[in-house]
Amino acid sequence: MQTSLKKRLEIIIEMPAVPRLEGVLEKAGVKGWTVLPAKSGRGANGSWSREGQITSAGRMVMVLVIIDPAVLDTVLERVYALLERQIGIVMVSDVQVVRAERF
Amino acid sequence: MDIFTLAEANLISPPILFFVLGLIAAFVRSDLSIPEAIAKALSLYLVMAIGFKGGAEMAAGDLNWSVGGAILAGIVLSALLPILGFGLLMLTTKVGRIDAAAIAAHYGSISIVTFIAASDAARFLDTPGEGFMVAVAAAMEAPAIVTALILAGSAARASNGAEGHGESRLSVLKEIAANGSIVLLIGAFFIGWMTGPRGMMAVSPFFNDIFRGVLCLFLLDMGLVAGRGLLRNWRVLKPGVIGFGLYMPLIGALAGMGTGLAVGLDGGSLGLLMTLAASASYIAVPAALRLALPEARPAISLTLALGITFPFNLVAGIPLYFWLARLVTGTGG
Repeated sequence: MQTSLKKRLEIIIEMPAVPRLEGVLEKAGVKGWTVLPAKSGRGANGSWSREGQITSAGRMVMVLVIIDPAVLDTVLERVYALLERQIGIVMVSDVQVVRAERF
Repeated sequence: MDIFTLAEANLISPPILFFVLGLIAAFVRSDLSIPEAIAKALSLYLVMAIGFKGGAEMAAGDLNWSVGGAILAGIVLSALLPILGFGLLMLTTKVGRIDAAAIAAHYGSISIVTFIAASDAARFLDTPGEGFMVAVAAAMEAPAIVTALILAGSAARASNGAEGHGESRLSVLKEIAANGSIVLLIGAFFIGWMTGPRGMMAVSPFFNDIFRGVLCLFLLDMGLVAGRGLLRNWRVLKPGVIGFGLYMPLIGALAGMGTGLAVGLDGGSLGLLMTLAASASYIAVPAALRLALPEARPAISLTLALGITFPFNLVAGIPLYFWLARLVTGTGG
């Protein structure tokens, strides 16, 4: 089967900032993404867990984005502009996909 | 009723004991847990019930100028308490300006769960407040945020304006106003007000009969969350900050007492206003501050509000505030 090289961005971010990140991705021309819940963890700002929480402030999510390598720098710049003040991390890796025209 | 009788009646009430059970379960690292979705549903039910009951009670009573006075008192308290809190934090602790502003915002705003527990305790202690105190609670959510953003000064402005990704004060207010809990609280209040006692009769089994049982289950969860939050993040709370989490509620309650007396509140309503002024937000404000002051460390403010001030108010503060309120208004002993 024909596969194509794309870039996979995994952005772990605070839940309240998700709508803004989605706005950034949309403006950058990203065609799609998936938001996944994160259960618990620990980072530079201490531990967190979504268990029993009724506020979105202590929750984290992972936003999974697949993009074309040609737009990687533009997307990263815009995401970084948002994330430089928020709690969160960004990971970039290579990935093979089928149906390349979708990304 | 003296303060010890009030404290005893509060302490041995099922909701408080379930909260303590949650704390103990967290501290002994039990695997007891309330699923996130159920915890959320319980909180929505409680907010809906307290809003509806407040509206129905207001419809059954006389609408007079004291409603406006009480709401204005709440707004003034919410706007000014952060200034006091910020000053105390800067003077007595080593937290930075941004964190101090964020913590101050939590303490100017209110904890709706503490308000629900206080409303329940007020009924239990036979000093229920006026129904319009629900509207006061809703009005006190947001002003503290605006004050905190002003206090954070240049750092907050930099955060708000840079690259267009920050929030203006107006959009932060919109964020708080659109918070699900507040929309439901205000909406249920108006529905209760519009349908009045007849509406209350129609839904009484849902909003009255099972209320205390649901509150017990929810406070069990809050005990677990507060206890586990403390276990995870106690290292970020220095003694000065913990002290703030214990004395700031008392200062807020006294400010609430003075303001409530000035607008002529009755004993029960005064106790509720004191509780509101003493409480610290951990639902609406933390979420809004993650956008308005993203540099602030939520581990400090959230752990302090939920792990220190909430248990303090629940166990010791509420009976103290109601005892004082009854004393100064001459209702009860």
